[in-house]
Amino acid sequence: MTKLHQETDAIIIGAGPCGLFAVFELGLLGLNAHLIDILDKPGGQCAELYPEKPIYDIPAWPVITGQDLTDRLMEQIAPFSPTFHLGEMAESLVKTSEGLWRITTDVGTVIEAPVVVIAAGGGSFVPKKPTLDNIDAYEGESVFYAVRRIEAFRGKRVVIAGGGDSALDWTLNLQPVAARVTLVHHRDGFRAAPHSVARMKELAAEGAIDFVVGKLNALAGAAPQLESVSVATAKGDEVLIADRFLAFFGLTMKLGPIADFGLNLSENLIPVDTESFQTSVPGIFAIGDINVYPGKLKLILSGFHEAALMSQAAFQICRPGERLRFQYTTSSTQLQRRLKVA
Amino acid sequence: MKISVTDHAGTEHELEALPGWRVMEIIRDWDLPIKAECGGACACATCHVYVDAAWFGRLPGESEEEIDQLEILADRMPNSRLACQVLMSEELDGLKVTLAPGSRP
Ligand SMILES: Cc1cc2nc3c(=O)[nH]c(=O)nc-3n(C[C@H](O)[C@H](O)[C@H](O)COP(=O)(O)OP(=O)(O)OC[C@H]3O[C@@H](n4cnc5c(N)ncnc54)[C@H](O)[C@@H]3O)c2cc1C
Ligand code: FES
Repeated sequence: MTKLHQETDAIIIGAGPCGLFAVFELGLLGLNAHLIDILDKPGGQCAELYPEKPIYDIPAWPVITGQDLTDRLMEQIAPFSPTFHLGEMAESLVKTSEGLWRITTDVGTVIEAPVVVIAAGGGSFVPKKPTLDNIDAYEGESVFYAVRRIEAFRGKRVVIAGGGDSALDWTLNLQPVAARVTLVHHRDGFRAAPHSVARMKELAAEGAIDFVVGKLNALAGAAPQLESVSVATAKGDEVLIADRFLAFFGLTMKLGPIADFGLNLSENLIPVDTESFQTSVPGIFAIGDINVYPGKLKLILSGFHEAALMSQAAFQICRPGERLRFQYTTSSTQLQRRLKVA
Repeated sequence: MKISVTDHAGTEHELEALPGWRVMEIIRDWDLPIKAECGGACACATCHVYVDAAWFGRLPGESEEEIDQLEILADRMPNSRLACQVLMSEELDGLKVTLAPGSRP
């Protein structure tokens, strides 16, 4: 399913705080951007790891939570109408015969631009897998870490593992669709929203689903087709008949495909020059937690500064021959028009 | 105040510890290899350590969040803890831990 081929000034990999602010800095210079993120929401670490924690070192915000910072950045970049490709992994980077960079994502989106900005932070968020023998052999057919299509679970006997919101939400959402849903968690306490937990317990009491307190032991069946999941419970081992197994144990960060983009790497970080934040390859920039240079501080503040300098250099590549005028947002009519306030 | 940390190669390091600091932060501050990917948010379990038997029972107990994180570790042992969930205090002067394989960056 190849999505329409798209063109833009800059492709930003990563919609964390630094990728989002890069949209703003590029936008002020009249450059538009597409953002790609494997998460289904913007905000990177701020939104995924600490949405409710207060941050104290954002200039002019004595205190702001990770989610609020993300929401404010989204509001600030709205005038530039960036295109988001969420839930997609930037998988390959090649140079076209016209000298543009072409990025292809795991769902087949193809985007071309003269400039690529890698704002991949600590890497792409990938699901944590339970430690069960041979689990890889079932993946893609019977074992999943996310639900992309509900229909794929229609009429199936589904075992869901985990105790957070995803596990509870999918237990409730798949119950009407699946032949049977069994939720497995190692204790009778949950980190999920209380109303989902209450609803799950109601359904279990009515006999509409099964809830098992226990520890996952093993998967069985001729891979990739699963037949059962065995669980150690207080009463002994239980074998749960299953065609599908869904595990929701949170996310972890991996550098992922960027490692194969042909850039110089230093311990999984991308070295850049501090004038333009360009990498070893012209036209490819790296900002935020993913880059490294003497004196680098992994702070949101630093990534914002890097985005501003990157944009100046990106402009020269996107608009060769045009003169870049330095202007203040407080006084420039051109900038204010771009921001849709004048 | 000191803690003793055995790294992945089996070398023991005695580290100066500050009260109120998380054991994970102390280990990181002394540049020992510890992934601690989530920065102490109890969301990653990559600050996994084994606590010396003599000390394990003297630590304040795990929160439910910590138990959830420990649960899916392949290399979990009965004396497993997350170093970011242990706050340094006078009572823990001399604490001994070993970095678990999964905490390697
Ligand atoms: C618990 C905690 C507390 C923190 N507190 C502070 C603080 O107080 N102050 C401060 O300044 N900083 C703090 N930080 C650090 C701050 O979160 C990071 O510096 C910041 O998030 C870096 O932003 P970023 O945009 O570079 O990357 P990230 O936020 O890591 O975002 C990168 C995004 O890129 C995506 N991505 C990566 N590769 C791909 C790919 N190939 N395809 C698609 N998507 C991809 C990822 O999924 C991710 O969403 C804290 C971090 C943590 C974990
Ligand atoms: S640093 Fe992530 S759980 Fe301790």
